Amino acid sequence: MKKITNAVKEGKILVSDGAWGTFLQQKGLKPGESPELWNLTHRDEVKSIAKSYINAGADIIETNSFGGSTFKLNHFGLQDKTCELSKAAAEISREAAGDKIVMASAGPTGKFLMMGDITEDELYESFKLQTQGFVNGGADAVIIETFYDLGEAEQAIKAVKENSDLEIICSFTFENRSGQFKTMMGTSPAEAAKAALDFGADIVGTNCGFGFVPMVEIINQIRSVVDIPILVQANAGLPELDGQNIVYPETPKFVANVVPDLITAGANIIGGCCGTTPDHIKAIVKKVRSIKG
Amino acid sequence: MNEILEKISYCIERGKSDKHAKFPPDLKDQDGVVEYTQAALDNGISAQSVLNDGMMPGMNKIGIRFRNGEIYVPDVLIAAKAMKAGMQLIKPFFQSGEAKHKGKIVLGTVAGDLHDIGKNLVAMVMEGGGWEVVDIGVDANAQKFIEAIENNDAKVVGLSALLTTTMNNMEAITKEIKSKFPEVTVVIGGAPVTEKFSNSIGSDFYSADPQGALDFLNEKLEI
Repeated sequence: MKKITNAVKEGKILVSDGAWGTFLQQKGLKPGESPELWNLTHRDEVKSIAKSYINAGADIIETNSFGGSTFKLNHFGLQDKTCELSKAAAEISREAAGDKIVMASAGPTGKFLMMGDITEDELYESFKLQTQGFVNGGADAVIIETFYDLGEAEQAIKAVKENSDLEIICSFTFENRSGQFKTMMGTSPAEAAKAALDFGADIVGTNCGFGFVPMVEIINQIRSVVDIPILVQANAGLPELDGQNIVYPETPKFVANVVPDLITAGANIIGGCCGTTPDHIKAIVKKVRSIKG
Repeated sequence: MNEILEKISYCIERGKSDKHAKFPPDLKDQDGVVEYTQAALDNGISAQSVLNDGMMPGMNKIGIRFRNGEIYVPDVLIAAKAMKAGMQLIKPFFQSGEAKHKGKIVLGTVAGDLHDIGKNLVAMVMEGGGWEVVDIGVDANAQKFIEAIENNDAKVVGLSALLTTTMNNMEAITKEIKSKFPEVTVVIGGAPVTEKFSNSIGSDFYSADPQGALDFLNEKLEI
């Protein structure tokens, strides 16, 4: 069941959730602690984050599993719990979501295939364990997000596809160092989207980055090469220092005002990344409803 | 410049590590950094000159082109890998003291942060600039930095952070380092870090790219 794709086919614009990391910190996650371990030790706190986005009106929520690859968990000595932590992450969001969609998060490993840091088989195995956990925990979809390396994306998509029926979203992060949008590996939005489609993704997307406005052009470029649904989850701008506090400049109102342009460019699923809050999601939902009724 | 040293520089820039390396395709079956480094040593060129006049110019070009957005992460990785292959041959001369690095820098990603790609790129460019890098890895707290400074008698430290949630840890670490070793230079970097932030936490320098940090430290060394 491809819930997201089906809803998009019906002409709907879906809203996904906002940031999790800062939220976890507010709830007491300490530097050096594994966020994913909280799925076992602080279930209620994690669930309350998921719930806050459901209450904000999101159609889709993610899971607390971005750093849940075997390689990231290895740092905390939790590598043997890859599947268990992924399952717990999906269960928590499932409980919070009710009939809304749970899109399980899988971030990159941080290792480079081209440097021989890691093999394709090792990557596949890690994403396979995560996928099995997501399935057992009741997720509807997997979002492979903040990716930059096509080789790693290929293994991740392959692992999800061969081990589940979950809907697959593949979302890349682009930077702009030379007047052109490229991943850190030098891949353009069009090249990345085409590759993700070839690997078997149901939905392509872009997340993180440096604010909502630049995403309009990135979506334009992706839309020029693919017909499948497009997801966008942008940062609330680039972080700034306000006294001792780090703040993101883009307010819920600012973000909501970019929504029409994102939709015109071809976005079908809109949400937030770093610096976005339930208030941002609430504002996006309101704007989407005002457009789509 | 000597022709062999020029070849070393060119092969590093192109990421050609040795004769058998398949990359880059247009240099297939041709000698690479390893062969030219050996040839340089066989021809009586000092290890110091191999580093200073062969390897460093090659990596310098890479650092500048990366800063300008002309090339991307894979190009830096592959160049650094090629340089590393050649470094193996001249390492013994550094161990014996016959050849010397410019200085030592302790590099680490701060507590709570597991991201090491940026830090590793800085390490590659610093090594390419003739510095010895003491890499203390990710999730490093103040104690770990201080121990590394002590054990290596380092005069320079580099802190990296990718997350807004962890960049705040740079302040406490910088302050602890400065209170214990006022003479140690602290440089910081990472996606969310800015010059304003750097100034506010009392670090000595911020660079948006690896080459900027290298240039700053090289200049400081000459003063």
